[in-house]
Amino acid sequence: MVDQSKWDWETREKEVPFDPWKENFNWVEEPYASPDGEQVAAVVNIDEGEFNVCVNGETWESPFEKIWYLRYAPDGRLTALVSDMAEWTVAVDGVPWENKFGYVWNTLFSPDGKHIAVAAQADGQYCMVLDDTPWETTFQNMTYFAMSPDGSKTAAVVQVTDFGEGEVHKFQEGCFTAALDGNAWDTKFVNVWNMAVSPDGTKLAAEVRLNLYEYSIAVNGQVWDKSFPCVWEPVIHPIDGSVVAPVRTAGKWTLAKDGEFLWDARFPQVWHQQFSADGKILAAIVSPKYGRWTVAVDGRPWGVTFGTLVSDLVVSPDGSTIAALTKEGETWKVVVNGAAWKDTFDMAWRPVISPDNRYVGAKVERQGKYTVVVNDRVWQKECDAAWDPVFSPDGEKVLLRTLENGRYLRRVLPVTEITG
Amino acid sequence: MAEPAVTQDQEKEEEQKVVDDGIDVGISRLTTDKIETVINQVLKTETGARLKTYVNTCIHCGLCSEACHYYMSHDKDPKWSPVGKVKQTIWEMIRKKGRLAPEEIRRVVEIAHTECNLCRRCLQFCPFGIDIAYLISMARRICHKLGVTPKYIQDTAHSHSVSMNQMWVKGDEWPDTLQWQEEEARGEFPTLRIPLEKEGADIMYSVIAPEPKFQAQLIYQAAAIMETAGVNWTMPADKGWDNSDMAMFTGDNEIMGRIKRSHFETAVRLRVKRIVMGECGHAFRSVYDTGNRWLGWSHPPIPIVHAIDFYYELLKENRIPIKEKFKEPVTLHDPCNVIRGGGLMEKSRYVAHALCDTVVEMHPNREYNYCCCAGGGVINCGPPYKLKRVKSNKVKAEQLMEARTRGAKVIISPCHNCHSGLKDIKNYYDLHMDIKFFGDIIYQIMEKPE
Amino acid sequence: MHDVYQFVSGPLAWVAFLLFIGGSLYRIIAMLAEVKEKEPFIFTYMSLKYSLRSILHWITPFATYNWRRNPVLTVVTFVFHICLFACPIFLLAHVTLWDEAWDIRWWTLPDAVADVMTVIVIACCLFFLIRRVTQREVKFVTYPSDYVILGIVAAPFLTGFLAYHQWFTYPVFMILHVLAGEVMLAAIPFTRLSHMLFSPFTRAYMGSEFGVIRKSKDY
Repeated sequence: MVDQSKWDWETREKEVPFDPWKENFNWVEEPYASPDGEQVAAVVNIDEGEFNVCVNGETWESPFEKIWYLRYAPDGRLTALVSDMAEWTVAVDGVPWENKFGYVWNTLFSPDGKHIAVAAQADGQYCMVLDDTPWETTFQNMTYFAMSPDGSKTAAVVQVTDFGEGEVHKFQEGCFTAALDGNAWDTKFVNVWNMAVSPDGTKLAAEVRLNLYEYSIAVNGQVWDKSFPCVWEPVIHPIDGSVVAPVRTAGKWTLAKDGEFLWDARFPQVWHQQFSADGKILAAIVSPKYGRWTVAVDGRPWGVTFGTLVSDLVVSPDGSTIAALTKEGETWKVVVNGAAWKDTFDMAWRPVISPDNRYVGAKVERQGKYTVVVNDRVWQKECDAAWDPVFSPDGEKVLLRTLENGRYLRRVLPVTEITG
Repeated sequence: MAEPAVTQDQEKEEEQKVVDDGIDVGISRLTTDKIETVINQVLKTETGARLKTYVNTCIHCGLCSEACHYYMSHDKDPKWSPVGKVKQTIWEMIRKKGRLAPEEIRRVVEIAHTECNLCRRCLQFCPFGIDIAYLISMARRICHKLGVTPKYIQDTAHSHSVSMNQMWVKGDEWPDTLQWQEEEARGEFPTLRIPLEKEGADIMYSVIAPEPKFQAQLIYQAAAIMETAGVNWTMPADKGWDNSDMAMFTGDNEIMGRIKRSHFETAVRLRVKRIVMGECGHAFRSVYDTGNRWLGWSHPPIPIVHAIDFYYELLKENRIPIKEKFKEPVTLHDPCNVIRGGGLMEKSRYVAHALCDTVVEMHPNREYNYCCCAGGGVINCGPPYKLKRVKSNKVKAEQLMEARTRGAKVIISPCHNCHSGLKDIKNYYDLHMDIKFFGDIIYQIMEKPE
Repeated sequence: MHDVYQFVSGPLAWVAFLLFIGGSLYRIIAMLAEVKEKEPFIFTYMSLKYSLRSILHWITPFATYNWRRNPVLTVVTFVFHICLFACPIFLLAHVTLWDEAWDIRWWTLPDAVADVMTVIVIACCLFFLIRRVTQREVKFVTYPSDYVILGIVAAPFLTGFLAYHQWFTYPVFMILHVLAGEVMLAAIPFTRLSHMLFSPFTRAYMGSEFGVIRKSKDY
């Protein structure tokens, strides 16, 4: 993880004028704030077919013909997908990678921000590129992508057998597999979808479809003993490396571990399962009854259910705090450990849990104005844009990044200023 | 109406010659025992009181017959009537306790996939409200489980399974196409953007894969409309951008669920308030009514707004300045999935009248309109069935012809499948009418930068 | 003859009513239980307002598109069903039986009217029979059971009519009439005559789907 203790947690307020940028460029696209809040950046148009990235009012050294997917890596490096002379690559802080491709997309970051990967296509062949190093092997198609937790490995679902248009039976024999760092499994499948890589990078698990009707999970190319009428994305236990995935059985869903049922309960839906960092707690978004949604922890659903949607499940490293977003009709709420907050919003973002578990915060929006909510207390500031709150390592302070009246603001407040 | 160009003998021959790998190979692998097992497994574990009650309640009155364009177009031959088709499929399976011969399954596939559009008009005709489309869908589900599905639509379902889109559009081709269209459109609208992956936009705009594949101008037009109306919108750069769903029509519910999940979760990820979709009917059915249910969402978790509804909203709020109304008289086709299935009949008329000088109504219209005979996956079964498809909609040709005699020159069809199906019909029956989407007309008549 | 009559109008009547009421309850409860177990999503969409909208349209002559498209059939269907129910329920002779057995009575039809209604039911059955034989779309989906069902419905009226007018051996036709009525009652839950039980549910569900989700008419 990024060492946030080195960030400036003292200065109460810093400001970067933002609106004046609009006078210098034809247009300014949506801004992005750096994780530490020190920078704000946006793609800007300089001239017809000429774009640049403006960071705190300064543009990168050289412009590009096209720029998209401007995103900060967790360590604060600013990346974008850029194109010149019909070639695409990744630019990091304005410096393009040496390797150029026909196209690049789907930027991935390791949690510590040290590694950056993209999917790339060159001359109709596909591969992953990790830190400017493309896989040695390329494939004729590549559909799903993943990165190991430490960022040292990349994986993708790849097509290894050719089939023509309408060759349905050849397709059904299996033309796809998964590849880790370019090394494809020997086993082929009808379909391969979401993958997970184990923390040590030795295990690649993926959802696979064995024929039109049987689904399972394959780990390093080896399929579980059991197959199911459907499965969803696997996750890997952070400590013991076991693989857990939602599986369908007799028209309902539950979780299975290494091919055996893990939970006794059966639900109309189970997905987005997530372990705590110590692997002791396993939570998932479930539908306990058709049209109702909640979170189940170790197979036991919360008492409270919601009608429209539950999303953005977040589990604290020790598993003691579990938060999610819920939606009833058009309104969003934050729910923590089975208790829904009273305030409702037009939109909410993934909850953030403070390192000491004392606080849960989230970026929220009401009638086009953005703010932050912490422990069910709404910060009384209406902003034109806001980013996720970041709690200081000691949990005392919160970093707030906002755009107000044409100014970008970086504030550090004691959390109690919001929670009272 | 002019006589069709091909002779009847040629047509007969062509009709009999249908070769379809998806069916032929599938049938060759079947045995009566396997068929029996699969049918009974599906009927026992995947259906319940609904199917039983429908079968027990039907009093064989035949009142659904005239709802069906197939029946009406084939001189009221009862084998094409809705109940006639149920008789030849589901009733037969129940009567024989699942023991059908492989060749009998061939007939089931033909009926379920190429002789019913699941347009649900017959549901409105049945005095008991028996969901005949559901019964035919179950026949398709059984065919899927037997591995016998027409090749072209099966291939499309495979495309969905691999790429989460209908047309094998690869991961790079999608954003590349959007950027290409954005660049093209900037020739006309210098500051136009197709904002990719813009979290927190009001609207996610989703399309069906034929748009980037063959009809990129539709994306251009949509972007032009969004730009002109000042909409805060975005499009996803990764999977989930395609709202279409042929797996729903092949009975592959598991893939249907997977692609709908991808679509909705993409909208959730982008933090949009609503999903606006292009002028497509079957996709609306899938995201609005069918796919979400398989996943356990009783209603779409992010509201779905069909293009008709969206244009209605923009026009009502005067957000699209119109230079001059469309001059040529138009007639308005009511696509089953958004009208009978979504209640957009009056909004569709509001949009038509706001855009066009003269709107000539077809009869019957609104939720009673005749189907295009392309939807429900039928056109997606491909060329082998094209002739049957156009011949099975003589009644639509007559309906269009009648509107033409009252002056209509252009058919507005706010649905992709209807669009393609009506085009085949107008060509076959020599109707000399033009077909447009609402988007075509809006783009044509709206004010653009000098 | 008297003993036979006693038997059919006594124990057999009990059996028939038990089968009818018990069978009907069983069928409906079993159906609902199965929905709850296998397709509980159906309950999510049920709406009283749209259920009634659908049912009321369909039980009103010419209130639906398809009823309007088939005026003759619509008239026959409605007249048939009205007479089918009203005639046996409000027949003086039937009410007298209830009165004698249970001391309950209600309004009755004049015999002449009931007589005409009986003829109407028989005529309607004949109409349905002819329709079944001559209309291609009906004939195609007709099974022998459809004739049996039609016979089951026509029989009590035909025998009742003959018994009432005493054109043939009255006691025989009286016994046949009672028997036919009992067969029909008992058959309702266990044949497609069960549309009498299920149609309010199927209509309500379709009405709800069309009203709540599809926002259009199912009539």
